Amino acid sequence: MPLDKPYKDVPGTTIFDADMSRQGYHLNQFCMSLMKPENRARFKADERAYLDEWPMTEEQKQAVLDRDLNRCIALGGNIYFLAKIGATDGKSFQQMAGSMTGMTEEEYRNMMVGGGRPIEGNRYVGEKK
Amino acid sequence: MARITASVYTSHVPAIGAAIDMQKTGEDYWKPVFKGYEFSKQWLKDQKPDVIFLVFNDHATAFSLDLIPTFAIGTAAEYQPADEGWGPRPVPKVVGHPRLAAHIAQSVIQDDFDLTIVNKMDVDHGLTVPLSLMCGEPQAWPCPVIPFAVNVVQYPVPSGRRCYMLGQAIGRAIRSYDEDLNVQIWGTGGMSHQLQGPRAGLINREWDNAFLDQIINDPDGLSQKPHIDYVREAGSEGIELVMWLIARGAMSDVAGGPKPKVAHRFYHVPASNTAVGHLILENA
Repeated sequence: MPLDKPYKDVPGTTIFDADMSRQGYHLNQFCMSLMKPENRARFKADERAYLDEWPMTEEQKQAVLDRDLNRCIALGGNIYFLAKIGATDGKSFQQMAGSMTGMTEEEYRNMMVGGGRPIEGNRYVGEKK
Repeated sequence: MARITASVYTSHVPAIGAAIDMQKTGEDYWKPVFKGYEFSKQWLKDQKPDVIFLVFNDHATAFSLDLIPTFAIGTAAEYQPADEGWGPRPVPKVVGHPRLAAHIAQSVIQDDFDLTIVNKMDVDHGLTVPLSLMCGEPQAWPCPVIPFAVNVVQYPVPSGRRCYMLGQAIGRAIRSYDEDLNVQIWGTGGMSHQLQGPRAGLINREWDNAFLDQIINDPDGLSQKPHIDYVREAGSEGIELVMWLIARGAMSDVAGGPKPKVAHRFYHVPASNTAVGHLILENA
């Protein structure tokens, strides 16, 4: 019997479950490696060479090089792991989160100051905005 | 005998730690957040806990995808602040309470909850930011802390019901410890927030405040809330709020005692990507 996944109809949201974890194992472990300063230095010096040390798919590597966090998540990345890339780049968590929304950094920041993204229209896929 | 005097609930937003470490607490953006903790800092000084049992989630710091414990209790003598990618926070090391922690582990495991025992781990912002919010910037944290990590990163994550029942077992364990200790239990994380994908930035003020009402008045009912409600209504990372139910389950009223007193309640939007919620409940 397949696992029940009631969270599949939440818009703009990927739940990091066992299937995603399996797909993203090496991508996320690469992210973990950036918690060591010597690894951050090596990654910064030659991103491609550092990524090639990990058995990630070419798509995953390209998504990291592009800093395309939505793509990373679709390929099994988890935001708490991906945050290590942002930290290595000197980005705040707000800059990282904002980068996934299609808004400019300023627009996203202003939305948060204004009380955040409203829940109305954001509960179910296909709900009218 | 040890007694649980109070429970504290708070968000543990990493940007709050960064604001403290970079001396930004006086900026207009941050002022309202820290104002919400002024009472709490004085309250903690007055309360003088002997031990804090601190429930938090590891954010891919101590636990990678190699090993994912659902519930992990720290039984070490001390814990270092972790390097989360920008160097360790400049905060004191966390001193543990190995004897009480080992007692709780034994009691809770024999009470049929499977804990992972951790003798070495670094602690991330999930644990250090609540300490900073409640203690400011001391040379040393005011008392030993027992870290208790909950997996809310990789699904399946524990249900609110499981957390609430675990809190009851932790309460029984602490109350059976044969030393006169003033113990506080803290539940951290939340409130509504989503850090990922096109829905990032979600805030549900109404839901958050209803959660605060219910955790005070009807924790048993709140514990029935299914996961999908947290995800849908409070954002994918709003699931962290199940950890508050561990602290709430350890309070006296759940074990048949009188209702707790609400010493402090605070709510503010935003801190970085999140809503900030904070509550202090005192046992009668």
